[in-house]
Amino acid sequence: MREELHRFFRAARGAGVRVSPAESIDAMKAVADVGFTDRNILRDTLLLTLAKSQDEKQALGECFDLFFSRPEVREKEAAPEDAAESGKAESPAGESEPGDASAQAPELGELAQMLLSRDRNAIAAAMANAANVASLSDIRYFTQRGIFSTRILESLGIERLRVDLDALTATSPAEAERLAAALGALRENVRDAVNQALLLYGLARLERRQVEQMKVLIRAIARRLRERYSKPRKRQRRGHLDIRRTLRRNAAWGGVPFLTSWKRRHRDRPKIVAICDVSGSVAQVSDFFLLLIHSLHEVVDDVRSFAFSGHLIEVSDILDTKSPEAAMSEIMSKVGFGSSDYGGSLVDFEKGWIRTVTPKTTVIVLGDARTNNLDPHADILRRISERSKRLVWLNPEGCIAWGWGDSEMPRYAAFCSVVRQCATAKQLERAVSDIVAAYQ
Amino acid sequence: MNNNLTADSIEAVTSGLASAGYIASRQIATAVYLAERIEKPILVEGPAGVGKTELAKALAAWRGLKMIRMQCYEGLDEAKALYEWKYAKQLLYTQILKDKLGEVLGGAETLAGALDRLHDFGDVFFSKEFVEPRPLLQALEQPAGCVLLVDEIDKSDAEFESLLLEILSDYQVSIPELGTVVALVKPTVILTSNGERDLSDALKRRCLHLHIGFPEQKLEERIVESRVPGISQSLRTQIIGFINQVRTLDLKKLPSVSETIDWARVLVLLQSTELDHETVKDTLNVLLKYEADIETTMPQVTTFVAKAGRQGVFG
Repeated sequence: MREELHRFFRAARGAGVRVSPAESIDAMKAVADVGFTDRNILRDTLLLTLAKSQDEKQALGECFDLFFSRPEVREKEAAPEDAAESGKAESPAGESEPGDASAQAPELGELAQMLLSRDRNAIAAAMANAANVASLSDIRYFTQRGIFSTRILESLGIERLRVDLDALTATSPAEAERLAAALGALRENVRDAVNQALLLYGLARLERRQVEQMKVLIRAIARRLRERYSKPRKRQRRGHLDIRRTLRRNAAWGGVPFLTSWKRRHRDRPKIVAICDVSGSVAQVSDFFLLLIHSLHEVVDDVRSFAFSGHLIEVSDILDTKSPEAAMSEIMSKVGFGSSDYGGSLVDFEKGWIRTVTPKTTVIVLGDARTNNLDPHADILRRISERSKRLVWLNPEGCIAWGWGDSEMPRYAAFCSVVRQCATAKQLERAVSDIVAAYQ
Repeated sequence: MNNNLTADSIEAVTSGLASAGYIASRQIATAVYLAERIEKPILVEGPAGVGKTELAKALAAWRGLKMIRMQCYEGLDEAKALYEWKYAKQLLYTQILKDKLGEVLGGAETLAGALDRLHDFGDVFFSKEFVEPRPLLQALEQPAGCVLLVDEIDKSDAEFESLLLEILSDYQVSIPELGTVVALVKPTVILTSNGERDLSDALKRRCLHLHIGFPEQKLEERIVESRVPGISQSLRTQIIGFINQVRTLDLKKLPSVSETIDWARVLVLLQSTELDHETVKDTLNVLLKYEADIETTMPQVTTFVAKAGRQGVFG
């Protein structure tokens, strides 16, 4: 049974739930306590001990349902390991029941006997055993399906079965036909089992996993930034004495300054307008950036995001209300993957949203500035720059490439307060951190 | 065998909580059962007003234990949560004992000698006598055990979370001057969070994670039945039906169980036996806490009431 649980933990990790050794120990303890009889209680128990958030609970619940609904009759057996043992022990004993077949061909192999006797439980148990031997839970890619199927069939004893089949065809064709049909069904079953294992353990969910990783990374970065910048600012009792306020405060004591007031620098919470290129070449970085900016609610008061490739739209609402995957796919379906038109998009921005840029706003443009030889409209960028507190340009390309080909970076760079390269998560974190720090 | 016992004991938890006036779902009962068996704290998350705090109260009432509650807020620190020295008492005692000190040190001729004697004296002023226990320390010192409720942990600072880790995993705290205080009886710890900020993984790892959402219709009816005595079956069904429809709207703050109970009480007070749209419109402010929400709901009231009425008849 321990084996089974361990395999479930592995499946859970595959589904994106982070299960640490300590958690698996807790889960083991808990499961040892509640037992396996009641599936609902078992499900609750695992969800309580392993999942640490609502998302994880859902993923783990799905994983549980998938894991414990084997394609075979397995689910009514609480302990497959034991069943495997007993299944082995039983199958010779089972000879007496289909006496007909075994009497006729006493030299048949174990597998053949099992198949002919149609002992589904024994077959299922043997299959589970074989899957263990073939270490089915190591399957990762769908190209491995064939190998694993063959391995399972081999350890089930298919060699012997073939010999038996040949022998039977000679002696009793009817029996042979039955056996061949049963073999076909067995192959089917094995294929199902392998497919399911692939779904559970494999990288078939590559996409989803990457999103999970991205989410984890973004959460970590957001937390770091939050911890650094959302603290109550403690530097109040420092600097210059505010004489006017001190006198007024101490008027009650005849102007003897019991209580002092200090001049305070007023600090704005960051306001950010993010304009992101989401055309093919930059899309990956923009995704990450948009999601990061929008997970910074506690640090950044006010974020407006815009995405463009051919034309520009506002995407703040989409990002705020939808889950990351859904938001990204919606944005992509609306504007993504076109060839980028920087000039046109800047015109769109000036027409629709130039008012969102105030002297407190940091404007961040993320893009490679490759205009496809269209008019770059750098004058609009100048006007945006004049209205805003800072204009930061993040370019996924290295600075060597700036200005080559259709890159208009040097022309745009003239109006930016900062231009920096950012292609990796680390660089993005630095960039965002600097932007937020400018408000401290 | 073991398994039947388990199901029975989870059943027992449910009925025990029910005897304290808390109708628990299977998940909640399982969590409480497991928390006691594998001695882990429960971290309860969920929207406001679904009975997170109430769970701790009911558990304490059922087990006949003392409940120690620690309300978290921004800026909560060690001195308010764990322990503090009784500075005033220390000062007072030094003043009173001044003469005694003279006697003790009287015999010594040199400064070194006096110091030696003083060392023999020990750290009297930093002993248990002078520690003012705060909720966390109190919880460890209860001889009969207790239920420790750490309420709204998400309101506290990240530093405070780290402070809790030692208590949550080992049921002990370290006081530099005194050493480690280990729990006499391990308390049942319940932490609640409204998900205002993400808690650290270290904290989550040490807890059973329980999410309480809005209850199912049947369960909510039973909750209302136990909390609002004297409410008729049909009115109850209608109320719950109505609220469940309100929950499908896009509102700032969805009405949760506590609002349901309040509203049911109000309706009983107003002696209404049926849900009609006039009364609903008049009392909607009990249910919804934002003007905007009320405005969104108002036009829908008539249809909702009609639907809820049908449910009352057929459901």
